[in-house]
Amino acid sequence: MDPVAALREAFPDAVRDTQEFRGELTVIVDGVRIVDICRHCRDTAGLEYNFLSDVTGIDYLPQEPRFGVVYHLYSMLHNRSLRLKVLLSAENPIVPSVIPVYAAANWFEREIYDLLGIMFTDHPDLRRLLMPEDWDGHPLRKDYPLGYETVQFSFNFDEVDRHKPYAKE
Amino acid sequence: MTVSEITTWQGDVEQLKGLVSERALSGETMVLNMGPQHPSTHGVLRLLLELDGENIISCVPDVGFLHTGIEKNMEAKRYEQAITMTDRMDYLSPMGNNLVYCLAMEKLIDLDVPLRAQYIRVLLAELTRINSHLVWLATHALDIGAMSVFLYCFREREKLLDIFEIVSGQRMMSTYFRPGGLWRDVPEEFEPAVRDFLDYFPGKIDDYENLLTSNPLWLDRTQGIGFLSADDAIRLGCSGPTLRGSGVNWDIRKAIPYSSYDHFDFEVPLGQHGDVYDRYIVRMKELRQSLHIVRQALDNLPGGPVRSNNRKYVPPPRSELGQSMEAVIHHFKLWTEGFRPPEGEVYVRVESPRGELGCFLASDGSPKPWRVHFRTPTFVHLSALPHMAKDHLIADLVGIIGSIDIVLGDCDR
Repeated sequence: MDPVAALREAFPDAVRDTQEFRGELTVIVDGVRIVDICRHCRDTAGLEYNFLSDVTGIDYLPQEPRFGVVYHLYSMLHNRSLRLKVLLSAENPIVPSVIPVYAAANWFEREIYDLLGIMFTDHPDLRRLLMPEDWDGHPLRKDYPLGYETVQFSFNFDEVDRHKPYAKE
Repeated sequence: MTVSEITTWQGDVEQLKGLVSERALSGETMVLNMGPQHPSTHGVLRLLLELDGENIISCVPDVGFLHTGIEKNMEAKRYEQAITMTDRMDYLSPMGNNLVYCLAMEKLIDLDVPLRAQYIRVLLAELTRINSHLVWLATHALDIGAMSVFLYCFREREKLLDIFEIVSGQRMMSTYFRPGGLWRDVPEEFEPAVRDFLDYFPGKIDDYENLLTSNPLWLDRTQGIGFLSADDAIRLGCSGPTLRGSGVNWDIRKAIPYSSYDHFDFEVPLGQHGDVYDRYIVRMKELRQSLHIVRQALDNLPGGPVRSNNRKYVPPPRSELGQSMEAVIHHFKLWTEGFRPPEGEVYVRVESPRGELGCFLASDGSPKPWRVHFRTPTFVHLSALPHMAKDHLIADLVGIIGSIDIVLGDCDR
């Protein structure tokens, strides 16, 4: 069954666009319906995307809508992949969590929240995963600078040390 | 802090709410931190355990201690520069990481790879798999109490690291695979070294199996522990030997062949019960299958170039620089500015020693990747650990962690 036709038929108003690049199919869908769409992809005979390979986020700054959440589904039965993409605005990057359909999404969504600041509604445990709990900001955003540390030589040891953030006595 | 202060320290109970049950907050069950510095967590992994006596009620993994921002760093480097960062993710399988990133770049720019380079990639990827499985077996057995297996495995691993040094000059961080092929062809001493290893290693696998496979102590500690049903394994996103230990026949080398894996004849070992022992058996059989693939690759190694001839993406050989102005221009452009792949997004998956290793690569047409994301098997398997560890004894948790073969560098990136 053609996944695009099946999705267009089942969700005529939620499928926004489709793209094909290097043989990979991307379906851009409405974020509000993502749980239903994933459930449809998993449970419909002929599609049966039973395995969630990956969920990741992407920041398209300065474009609007700014954020994307990308779901890579895979069907072991039909040996076929599908990419679903949800585009989110900069002011309101919120998307429902797909954990009810794919339990594997749990940590992926936490990682996206941690690194890109995209919120997932109805996620059971949306805490930071990789960064420390008290970290400010979301490092994978394009407006978050890539930090660096000045190399500490003997001549500037104290100077560099003064600017280090660790706790002092 | 004195000893009495440590033992009476209560901690902040607020932080534990939502992670452990009400019984733990009232003091009925015990909350124990395992790690981050614990020899059997294979790196820096912290597990927050709620225990009723010795039984695990819940297990909350805490990761991120090895987070080095590789994905962010790669966005600031040119495509080819960023290969060096991939070595450092899963440090037991550097060539596997190089491979997935190079395949993603090649798919993005539709670049051809000569057959000889593809075969050498397969050969080295399989040697890397053996290398990784050796460290897994060594540490897994050591955790359960078999010290000698640890020493034997590391002895054999030295030979593999020597082979990696022969081809790339580096024992671990090889950066040998490049977009469009390899850094350079393998030197003369490569083939005899691999043949030596092929003759030497099968007997060593027999030795390991003699020590463990039907050892009653080993069976007691591994059978019926860490059970994972096939449905749960798929639901939780498990892949690789962890998935195949539960009897699901899904190997990316067979399902979606990459780098000419379809030219090779090999079997995909499967388990039946989905416990720690079956995952052990699957990996031991994989060692033999990997040797089989290495032998085929070496016997059928085709001649020819090891780098693509597409000069817009692959630098010309050194010998041309003295003769061709065009070669000098290409060389200069590629090493100062880098190449510009077309706009687009690709996702490539390979079978790493641990499972599905995926690379999502997005390009905006500039010489630096817009977004690189790695879907790493350890990350997903650790998120499935609470499911596997529930209702087991705390002593068995060590075996379960060993059986999913975690590398924290792979998880945290």
